[in-house]
Amino acid sequence: MPAGTLYRGREGMWSWVAHRVTGVLIFFFLFVHVLDTALVRVSPEAYDEVVATYKTPIVALLEYGLVAAILFHALNGLRVIAVDFWSKGPRYQKQMLWTVVGIWVVLMAGSLYPVLGHAARELFGS
Amino acid sequence: MSSDTTSAIGPVEGAAYDVDNPAPYIEPPRKRTGRTPKSTRGNFEMAAWLFMRLSGVVLVVLVLGHLLIQLFLDGGVSKIGFAFVAGRWASPFWQVWDLLMLWLAMLHGANGLRTVINDYAERANTRLWLKGLLYTATVFTILLGTLVIFTFDPNIR
Ligand code: HEM
Repeated sequence: MPAGTLYRGREGMWSWVAHRVTGVLIFFFLFVHVLDTALVRVSPEAYDEVVATYKTPIVALLEYGLVAAILFHALNGLRVIAVDFWSKGPRYQKQMLWTVVGIWVVLMAGSLYPVLGHAARELFGS
Repeated sequence: MSSDTTSAIGPVEGAAYDVDNPAPYIEPPRKRTGRTPKSTRGNFEMAAWLFMRLSGVVLVVLVLGHLLIQLFLDGGVSKIGFAFVAGRWASPFWQVWDLLMLWLAMLHGANGLRTVINDYAERANTRLWLKGLLYTATVFTILLGTLVIFTFDPNIR
């Protein structure tokens, strides 16, 4: 552990940890995503072949995870901006975090069917 | 009070300072003086900090809009293929959208990773190599993505 750090625990630290982890994950995903999209310059077949592997249930689950990471990072990023620029931001940072978590849970529940419905139909028939 | 010998601070009130015997002047620790170099390191870190916030606001619209179109509407990923890409990049609007998203997300993410490297890589050499790798991958990805958007050919065959 780096010397002289100030890990204070509680909402402030854990939201920062989650923001950092999701940010790094999204960056690595973006790198791969630009590479796969670049296949449209190779041939339509090469592109469609790779995208076909994205339509499998396992990748659908990964996509749900990606949506989870991006939604948290985006919502919490707006909270960080509010803490920095809104004069009452620091005072309400905790309430804003729970608002972020609440909106995130609702959006994740709403994403279940659109993102995973296709995979569920493939796995369980009909 | 002033005769309290156990105080670590010592007497303050009623000290022997007055107009003829003023307290010594102590300069503020970070005051700019005549000997401070004119240019220190510039404002790069402040610009980077501001960029993270400005790009973040724009990315909310670009990225969430992108997800909505690609993963949620019209059957989600199942509709995506070469023909779908060709349909979208036929419009300059979506070309600009994707170009802006690519540049902002890559620069935002790369700057974020630079912060992470600075935080955890303790040896100067490790930092140098990790950042070299990061900047190489970032420039490569931005250039490749830009090239693909600008040179996309729907009639590639
Ligand atoms: C969707 C909209 C987004 C918003 C509102 C947003 C907001 C932010 C903000 C405000 C910060 C600075 C946090 C701080 O200084 O403490 C940040 C950091 C970061 N972001 Fe984003 N971001 C977004 C999208 C992205 C994307 C697409 C990526 C990946 C390519 C990404 C990767 C990162 C990384 C790696 C960090 C550094 C984390 C750290 O230093 O702990 N972000 N984000």
